[in-house]
Amino acid sequence: MITDGVKKKLREIFGKSNYLDSTEDRIAYSYDGTALLSSMPDAIVIPSSVEHISRLMKLANDAKFAVIPRGSGSGLSGGSIPSENSVVLLMSRWDKVIELDRNNLTAWVEPGAITGKFQTLVESHGLFYPPDPGSSQICTLGGNVAENAGGLRGLKYGVTKNYVLGFEVVLASGEVMRIGGKNMKDVAGYNLKDVLIGSEGTLGIFTKILLKLIPLPQTGRTLLAFYDSIAGAAETVSAITAARIMPAMLEFLDNATIRAVEDFAHLGLDKETGAILLVEVDGPRSAVEEDASAIEAICVKSGAKSVRLANDEAEGTKLKSARKSAFSALARIRPTTILEDATVPRSELATMVDFINVTAKKHDIEIGTFGHAGDGNLHPTGLTNERDHAEIARIESAFEEIFRKAVDLGGTITGEHGVGLAKKKFMESLYDTPFIKMMKKTKEMLDPNCVLNPGKIISVAPRCEGALPKSREQIEKLTSQMENPSEAYF
Amino acid sequence: MNLQDSKIKSVSNREAAKSTAPDGRFHLAISEELITQCMHCGLCLSVCPTYALTGLERSSPRGRIRLMKSVMDGTIPVTGTFEYEMNFCLDCQACQTACPAGVKYGELVEAAREYIQVNKKGFKLKRLLLKNFFMGRSGLRAVATVLRFYQKIGLEKVVIFLSRIVPIGILKRARLLPQLSDKFAIDVLPEMVEPKSAERGKVAVLTGCVMDAMFAEANLDTVDVLRENGWRVAVPHEQVCCGSVNGHAGDNETARTLAMKNIEVFENTGAQYYVVNSAGCSAFMKEYDKLLADNPEYSERAKRFSTRVKEFSEFIHETGYRKPKAKFGSTVTYHEACHLVHTQKISAQPREIVKDLAGDNYRELNEATWCCGSAGIYNVVHYDEAAKLLDRKLDNINKCGAHTVITGNPGCLAQIAAGAKNDGMDMDVIHLATALNRLYKTEK
Ligand SMILES: Cc1cc2nc3c(=O)[nH]c(=O)nc-3n(C[C@H](O)[C@H](O)[C@H](O)COP(=O)(O)OP(=O)(O)OC[C@H]3O[C@@H](n4cnc5c(N)ncnc54)[C@H](O)[C@@H]3O)c2cc1C
Ligand code: SF4
Ligand code: SF4
Repeated sequence: MITDGVKKKLREIFGKSNYLDSTEDRIAYSYDGTALLSSMPDAIVIPSSVEHISRLMKLANDAKFAVIPRGSGSGLSGGSIPSENSVVLLMSRWDKVIELDRNNLTAWVEPGAITGKFQTLVESHGLFYPPDPGSSQICTLGGNVAENAGGLRGLKYGVTKNYVLGFEVVLASGEVMRIGGKNMKDVAGYNLKDVLIGSEGTLGIFTKILLKLIPLPQTGRTLLAFYDSIAGAAETVSAITAARIMPAMLEFLDNATIRAVEDFAHLGLDKETGAILLVEVDGPRSAVEEDASAIEAICVKSGAKSVRLANDEAEGTKLKSARKSAFSALARIRPTTILEDATVPRSELATMVDFINVTAKKHDIEIGTFGHAGDGNLHPTGLTNERDHAEIARIESAFEEIFRKAVDLGGTITGEHGVGLAKKKFMESLYDTPFIKMMKKTKEMLDPNCVLNPGKIISVAPRCEGALPKSREQIEKLTSQMENPSEAYF
Repeated sequence: MNLQDSKIKSVSNREAAKSTAPDGRFHLAISEELITQCMHCGLCLSVCPTYALTGLERSSPRGRIRLMKSVMDGTIPVTGTFEYEMNFCLDCQACQTACPAGVKYGELVEAAREYIQVNKKGFKLKRLLLKNFFMGRSGLRAVATVLRFYQKIGLEKVVIFLSRIVPIGILKRARLLPQLSDKFAIDVLPEMVEPKSAERGKVAVLTGCVMDAMFAEANLDTVDVLRENGWRVAVPHEQVCCGSVNGHAGDNETARTLAMKNIEVFENTGAQYYVVNSAGCSAFMKEYDKLLADNPEYSERAKRFSTRVKEFSEFIHETGYRKPKAKFGSTVTYHEACHLVHTQKISAQPREIVKDLAGDNYRELNEATWCCGSAGIYNVVHYDEAAKLLDRKLDNINKCGAHTVITGNPGCLAQIAAGAKNDGMDMDVIHLATALNRLYKTEK
């Protein structure tokens, strides 16, 4: 618990109305989008200037409390879940687009700007910001940079880091650092920009971000292919790659997901379908037409039962609805939904999906898998009930096996959601020791007192973050110590 | 405003709602299944008007659900902040539309409000007054009379006094009201009116309390449009308020009495469909089956009743309507009432009709599905916040450049029209039935 003296100082820095510590507010910032994890902060602060953040970090180093940066809290690895003795730093109100430079095709944004809104804005100028996480309606660009978020268009257009030209960042010490600029080429010094991108709020707090934009593609065409098994879909993916075609989107649904989608959205899908591939090509009109018919032929040749090619945008939207409703359909089945992102080289797609299904059966749990076939980024989605502890234990062992298998296949435990708290335990056991060591040293050097989002990704030795949030039980224990029950009504 | 199982159980089970845990704390009687369905993904935050106002998690759907969960688990007691957040919520149910996990947020927040109400002092008195106010036609008259009286004398105190009794924001809003109807449609119309073209069948209409008191014209237009399209229209004079006002205030007992009376009255008309032009009322009447599920005498009849209830735009879209020869001469847009788009998922039908009436003059409204801030009692308790939401709505209307705003709920009609008038905007805010009938009239 932070001391009264610290609380007083926080109120001085941020002003009374931008300092919150009621039990209700603390509960409301005890979670993010991650299943099963939560823990209350001691207070929440809303900064109005970079200087506020700087002063906060200095105070945190002096008084030894943790600072947890938070965007919209849609993270799926527990990155913005508070740890013990912590203050949440809320960045979501910094939501402006500062500058749109149409000559250099760049934009300066505040970190709290909502990804989807930003995309709509630039598209209205004929420009394009491709990274499109499934949460784009609510996640912040700061959160995206901190997680190096991906999305559906990763195969052709890359992920967030491919669009970050620079930023202003407050370091753990409170110093303000600017890095990068509007140059498309810049090799002055170490590439520290990429060390900070994806650092999940553990190395610095982004306060201003410079993003790269590209021209909006002229047109697009959508195609849906149905297969008896995932193998045919996987073969199609390899064949498309071999034919040197780069679709903007190459997504798949497995049988469990197809069944869920059909039950929920009644699109008239055959529930026996083994897999569906959704392909979208974009670019100049002539190239799009050519690519679309080439892909159609490849699908048929690779064993698709049927292929549907959209004639116009409206039909394309219809075809996309199966993929679009995948997550909603699965999420409705059981109370708790665990959305994972194990990733493998795309040649291992079929092996991995089959392994997931076998593992789910073995542990007697439900998992539906869909995701980005083009870049091997799978979303095995576990359906369970957090109050059924036995089932939760089974699902945890299943996922452990799945992550191990992904790494064995040359893949990774997370393609886009980050490590945070949720996958931390796999880091040390599945990755090279020198890699882990270098990360720890980096963290120790940049944040010697371990005050910036401690305990996320890795623990530095000796363990400095205090007790970490584990489960709901823990928050129940914490909240029952509510200080002023006199506020209670009845 | 879904009246689904959990809520009804908690109502009929007042004692259960007050049950105490071993530690002596009160517990929220919400089904655990409903609340654990929320996976705190946050996707609903992007559409929540109150979250947009404060930027604070506790005034978001996800935050409110977590607070309810905490009260339900007994981790925190019901506090002033908890009550504030439950009532600060508009119950617009935009979050329900956005939620990928199908969380029935409306049921949750209504159960929470009811729990607060039931456990609070003074509930009995309020319920008694409400009950007398809305029972029977004298109640409807009373509302209108009070409104008229208030408008004439403009006394703030009357509003404050009444707002304690009658949970409808229109009392305060009356200060800004463009005009109240001089007459009730129900007084002007006979019990049965003939179709104006080849007869297709018989429908009965609900004239509603607020709609008839403030927008009798919309009721007359509704009847006219139905007649134009070959429907014989019954206007049962014995009809009563749909009960939503009482239901919202946590008094489902009175709501049930009203529902039974309406079932009686509408059945007697022998109509095939019951056409309702107020979004809030149609949403509530479609749920009579759930409201009366435990009543052996009425459960079957209520089921039949609910299937016959059709919202106005839904009805004419489904059964087909004659397209007027003329189109609107000025720019038109469509505002989606919460109880239509979010509660009843009726969105494509009215839009299609409006687009058709407007032709090239149709303008798309940005954030058309955002609440305008009327939301029942809302503009009394949260006047400033409601005003901000109204400003946001007016701003969007201004930007789209529409002169005529069409919508399907009396609350929205009043709120937007009042705001436009206050801001000195030249804007025509009308019900869809009025829009359609105006074009029919030009043909005469
Ligand atoms: C339904 C759903 C679908 C999703 N789909 C995708 C997807 O397709 N691809 C994908 O990559 N992710 C996806 N996500 C995960 C999540 O939305 C992303 O990780 C997103 O980048 C988080 O943004 P946020 O604003 O919510 O950040 P938060 O969750 O608040 O924070 C995430 C991390 O960033 C840090 N952080 C936030 N702001 C700052 C800042 N200004 N400076 C420094 N650190 C900061 C936090 O400390 C935390 O570690 C999905 C999530 C959901 C719920
Ligand atoms: S209500 Fe639905 S959209 Fe909102 S956080 Fe819960 S699951 Fe997500
Ligand atoms: S009902 Fe409306 S105001 Fe209430 S939480 Fe949902 S979106 Fe927000």
